[in-house]
Amino acid sequence: MALDTRTDRRPSFAGVLWRSTVGKKTAMAVSGIVMLLYLVAHMLGNLKIFFGALDFNGYAAWLRTIGEPFLHHEWFLWIVRVVLVVAVVTHAVAAYQLSRRDTAARPTAYSHRRRRASYATRTMRWGGVILGLFIVWHILDLTTLTVNPRAESGHPYENAVASFSTWYSATLYLVAMLALGLHIRHGFWSAAQTLGANRPGLDRPLKGLANGLAALLTLGFIAVPVSVLTGVVS
Amino acid sequence: MKLTLRVWRQRNPDSPGAMATYEVDGISQDMSFLEMLDTLNEELILGGDEPVAFDHDCREGICGACSLVINGDAHGPERTTTCQLHMRSFQDGDTIDVEPWRAAAFPVVKDLVVDRSAFDRVIQSGGYITAPTGAAPEAHATAVPKPVADTAFEHAECIGCGACVAACPNGSAMLFTAAKVVHLNSLPQGAPERESRVLEMVGQMDAEGFGGCTNTGACATACPKGIPLFSIAKMNREFVRAARKRG
Repeated sequence: MALDTRTDRRPSFAGVLWRSTVGKKTAMAVSGIVMLLYLVAHMLGNLKIFFGALDFNGYAAWLRTIGEPFLHHEWFLWIVRVVLVVAVVTHAVAAYQLSRRDTAARPTAYSHRRRRASYATRTMRWGGVILGLFIVWHILDLTTLTVNPRAESGHPYENAVASFSTWYSATLYLVAMLALGLHIRHGFWSAAQTLGANRPGLDRPLKGLANGLAALLTLGFIAVPVSVLTGVVS
Repeated sequence: MKLTLRVWRQRNPDSPGAMATYEVDGISQDMSFLEMLDTLNEELILGGDEPVAFDHDCREGICGACSLVINGDAHGPERTTTCQLHMRSFQDGDTIDVEPWRAAAFPVVKDLVVDRSAFDRVIQSGGYITAPTGAAPEAHATAVPKPVADTAFEHAECIGCGACVAACPNGSAMLFTAAKVVHLNSLPQGAPERESRVLEMVGQMDAEGFGGCTNTGACATACPKGIPLFSIAKMNREFVRAARKRG
């Protein structure tokens, strides 16, 4: 076979990755892990609501001062937001493109259908869509306060309590957190597989870790609206 | 045994197909699934009908020619090839659905026969070594540790039947491609093309219209040769490594 002695341009690492199905999954795995790390920090921060309004509002105010005086007021928060938007968009675009491709790869369905995957695996796509829509609602509710019933800037404790006191907000939140748990249950293990970290001895620990993370995040997040609904936090 | 078969019939690639129902009687439990189909075909021929076309060759479970999705399972309910599946795996009076491999990259040629040359093109793109190997080399010249040789052999067992593609909800050929990449990339003989092999084979796999991997695991469950799901993780690692080296 004849090999080129010289090629015009070396393809970029990102280009090689993005053009292939394997690389797109790598992008999804990395962006997923970025979001997962953020969620762990977010969940732990949320739990400060159990220490009362002063603690929680103080924590929220402190978040805006991280990195000062090197960073300007709120810059750290904006950096995190930009990173998250990039992660969400990468994750969603890759998922959409791969899903389109996957559907096209099986044009004729089997007449004898069989469920081959776990519930968490089968709900990844629609679960992801639910989570995306929830993020929009969540930002309008507790960040921009557009749909928040109290909408008092600088008072996140009071806003969160006001929001979760409404049946629709609490229901949306609970459903979304269950979807999140399912998404992480398959997603974390799948990311490890995609990044090539999985091997015979690691499969069970990785699946255990995925289940643990999913349960921890779901319970940690759900604790807040449940406490508001039961009157523990008011 | 008396059985009801629902078989996919399709005259040619361009005509629409449909499931057709047949009754077969006098089936022995010791018959293989293909022998049962032979019995059906004999009856069809005697009745002046067109026999059901299906792929088969060695009937020993080693060539990878036979296919068939039986009751929704690639190669049927047992973890083996269709030729090694016996009728004792079914009950008298069963209704059995027989369909071809379903994938855009495996177009139906006729009835249950699909064109699997997409696999050949994936192999042609990098599933080989360029070193002239000549006669058997002196065994001690290049030492290969036993675990490495075992890994390579485990993956070399792939017979290219396509059950992984048929079972995958995305019609993905990742397990097939991974088996060859891991087989050759594990060995010193495969080292010179370590990067180009994985990049070219994944590129060809994508170009053939196979779907992507969603780590469902259906492929490894269906594989008659037991290629493990970890091979996909290993190929992913090789791919990113190669992309970084080349990019």
